[in-house]
Amino acid sequence: MAKPSGTRSVKVYLGMLFLLGIAPLLFQWTNQPFLLDLLSRGLIIGIAALSLNLILGYGGMISLGHVAYLGIGAYCVGIPAYYDIYDGWIHLSLAIFTCALFALITGAVSLRTKGVYFIMITMAFSQMIYFIFLSLEEYGADDGLVIYARSEFPIWMNMEGAVSLYYWIFGLLILTLFFIHRLVRSRFGRVIIGSKYNDLRMQSLGFNTYGYRLTCYVISAVICGLAGVLLGNFTSFISPEMMSWTRSGELIFMVIIGGAGSLFGPLFGALSFLFLEEALSLITIYWHLIFGGLLIALVLFGKGGIDAWLSKLDK
Amino acid sequence: MKQTMRADSVLSIKSLCKNFGGIKATDDVTLSVSRGGIHAVIGPNGAGKTTLIAQLSGQIRPDSGDIEFDGRSILRSGMAQRARAGLARSFQITSVFLEMTILENAMLAVQGAQGHSYRFWAPVHNDHELADIAMDHLMTVGLHHRSERIVSSISHGEQRQLEVAMALAMQPQMLLLDEPMAGMGKEETFRMIEILSLVGAEKTILMVEHDMDAVFSLADQLSVLVNGRVIATDSVAQIRSNPEVQKSYLGGSCVKD
Repeated sequence: MAKPSGTRSVKVYLGMLFLLGIAPLLFQWTNQPFLLDLLSRGLIIGIAALSLNLILGYGGMISLGHVAYLGIGAYCVGIPAYYDIYDGWIHLSLAIFTCALFALITGAVSLRTKGVYFIMITMAFSQMIYFIFLSLEEYGADDGLVIYARSEFPIWMNMEGAVSLYYWIFGLLILTLFFIHRLVRSRFGRVIIGSKYNDLRMQSLGFNTYGYRLTCYVISAVICGLAGVLLGNFTSFISPEMMSWTRSGELIFMVIIGGAGSLFGPLFGALSFLFLEEALSLITIYWHLIFGGLLIALVLFGKGGIDAWLSKLDK
Repeated sequence: MKQTMRADSVLSIKSLCKNFGGIKATDDVTLSVSRGGIHAVIGPNGAGKTTLIAQLSGQIRPDSGDIEFDGRSILRSGMAQRARAGLARSFQITSVFLEMTILENAMLAVQGAQGHSYRFWAPVHNDHELADIAMDHLMTVGLHHRSERIVSSISHGEQRQLEVAMALAMQPQMLLLDEPMAGMGKEETFRMIEILSLVGAEKTILMVEHDMDAVFSLADQLSVLVNGRVIATDSVAQIRSNPEVQKSYLGGSCVKD
């Protein structure tokens, strides 16, 4: 079950959140706008990885289509913006509603299956969404859609500048972490974790696990959709490419190398994945080769992921 | 006469049939378990004992026949629904949650009996509503002093005891125990017999078991299952002296052992 973290690793986590909190000041001071960009992107993908971890790490539901929700969230900014609707609350509610509905329908079907079949069917649904957007000429099809202005919010919480957008992302990250922390320790969370280990046993204990798993799937999709709203605002450009299933594969990688079933792991996974990608591509054009090798090594030797190394601090 | 019979039996199985391919795993089984007793089902390997339990708990759907629990047909209810209706099952292959502590396992069973679990916010670990009840049942099986141990680190016998505690924690009317003594040593078996005779004083039990000493010292009623058919149902003393049973099961098993 979710193990209580020792004091040392808690200090590391809190220290990291503090650093993330003051990062924009550091980057401004050292005049590194590119790093702020990279970190913003890393945190958005990090939130998506956290949401995937909720179903994959805690619930044992391996979805190979989770970026569909990232894409839907982004299009919930892009399509209204195309019609000159920039109200941020509309974008957010639309993303929540659409992701919840799509997750409810596809989850209701997918969760009837287990194991490899679940992987295949979630992938199929996300490819469906991918091809739908690919065929929507009105919204740019495979050329994508440019978003000319960011979602509008009251002045004190606007996301116009790079720094204020960063704090939106940081805020959603904190909320997501706190929410998942509470969720997995609640009665609901215990049912989800229990059904990962032994679904049949949970049913024999009187839990109608299908309903709980479906609820968890919808929650996870909504969180990912919110990350998508921020992604749409961040890139100012959306295209179906961001929903291709290979992206979902990358997201799974981030969760695994970070530590599936741990609270902070997927965030570490996402950040190290993106920074490594960036750093290696600076060194050589053959960086994919090194990157692939590193990923293999991490999976083979880094059992439990980055989070497991950190919790060794407590011993 | 029929009225009193009905009121007396908690579980009645009527002409239950289940085929796997050409094999009759359950062949026209009719059985009635009376309230408050321990009813044991014995039979050689492959007689269809676990298949029978699986149909009672709702894991497998029978081809035909009916199962009444507490006067109502439960044939259409799923596993979770039957469990909440008061029919708790333990498994032949130990299926406790190895990654959790003893207490967490028992708390999960209590939680299953306590209505819905769509509670997303309050943490479970200081939920006394769950922990107190769970501890009571751990005390019954004698695991209360080790409640913080991770289950993968305790002995097989203790895991079986936990299995019984979890069945009890569901606060059922009736327990379906699938070979509670499976894989146990002599001493662990004695311990389990003690526990079950305590439990049997309060709950109705239907158990499937290989261990004859355990069966003879615990059960009030015995049914003998051979090739999916019940060939006899009677009191322990009667069954022991039944020549047909001697021939087809008891004698055979003694020779093999």
